[in-house]
Amino acid sequence: MSDNPHTSLLLSLLAVFAPLSLVTIGGGQSAIADINRQVVDVHQWMTQAQFVDAFAISRMAPGPGSLLVTLIGWQVAGFWGAVVSTVAIFGPTTFLIYAVAHLWSRNSGARWKRALETGLRPVAAGMILAATYVLLQAIDGGWFARAVAFASTATLLWTRVNPLLLIGAGVAIFIALHAMSLV
Amino acid sequence: MAAARTLNMSEPETPPAPSCSQLFWIFTRIALTSFGGGLSGWLLREFVQNRKWMTQEEFLNGLSISQALPGVNVKNMAVWIGYRLLGWRGAIIGFVGIIVPPAIVIVLLGTLFSSLSRYPLTHVALTGAAAAAVGLSLSMGITAARALPRNAFPIAIMAATFVAVALLHWPLFWVVLAAGFVSVAYAYARAG
Repeated sequence: MSDNPHTSLLLSLLAVFAPLSLVTIGGGQSAIADINRQVVDVHQWMTQAQFVDAFAISRMAPGPGSLLVTLIGWQVAGFWGAVVSTVAIFGPTTFLIYAVAHLWSRNSGARWKRALETGLRPVAAGMILAATYVLLQAIDGGWFARAVAFASTATLLWTRVNPLLLIGAGVAIFIALHAMSLV
Repeated sequence: MAAARTLNMSEPETPPAPSCSQLFWIFTRIALTSFGGGLSGWLLREFVQNRKWMTQEEFLNGLSISQALPGVNVKNMAVWIGYRLLGWRGAIIGFVGIIVPPAIVIVLLGTLFSSLSRYPLTHVALTGAAAAAVGLSLSMGITAARALPRNAFPIAIMAATFVAVALLHWPLFWVVLAAGFVSVAYAYARAG
């Protein structure tokens, strides 16, 4: 399936991405800078321009943003590169959440569990709002984009509409704005 | 595990647990239709509001833990939900359903990208999709904030977390560790 250089490349992908999976607290964003440094500066698997392109694709693709790593693996080492990188970035922490989910389903330590649940709630709320704030800052399209985002938020809070319809509406609005040369 | 859940008919509000394939398709569909992030908002809508397989309370507890542990939140959340609904099989389904289909799509997109990016309309359309998708994150954040107890302490913790991450750009790891520690210790002391 693979010659030796290829195997050692796969092993380096594993060695780079598996430790990075542990610093992806609060979402993959915190690891992006490290991934950039490893892939471009340390290992020189990609140029900076290639990395930025891959990052842009990962932003527009559906699914978790950390799939950026899958794309890097694919571009660096083909099919097995994609597989190895995906397993490396998502695998290790999956055992952790599985173990915690398992512990949670048992009835011991009720006071600790309640304390963790109630104590982590405000931290999670602050993190989600912060991530949203960063997204709003980063998005193209200025106030039109923000208006669409707020309208979509209000619709989701007060109605049961399918989010896909809202996304379709966002696309339609932006194409219309583009036709009027506003964006 | 599924059988034990379906036997619990005393609460008519709770529909029977999903089948494996049903769960897989829901995760896959959410993974493939979630443009611009906000996947946890989709999960909340599907599992709590539409199907009523979990309470909002259970969901937010799982979300808080998923966020505090290392690992991509939405993958953690999918494993958590899957485990809650169908045990270890559900956990595997959650992991595979939320990762593999979009992993295939991103590789296809990467290969198509050069031809797509020639048209400026592609970028305009994606911006519109991303703007609408921010609503999923924001409505999730508002739902989580509104579910907090109306006390000064949790609200101060939420505000401090927001300021540290969004405005001061402090490393998430240390913010979660510090804010989580203070907040959990407070909750533990009060629970006694």
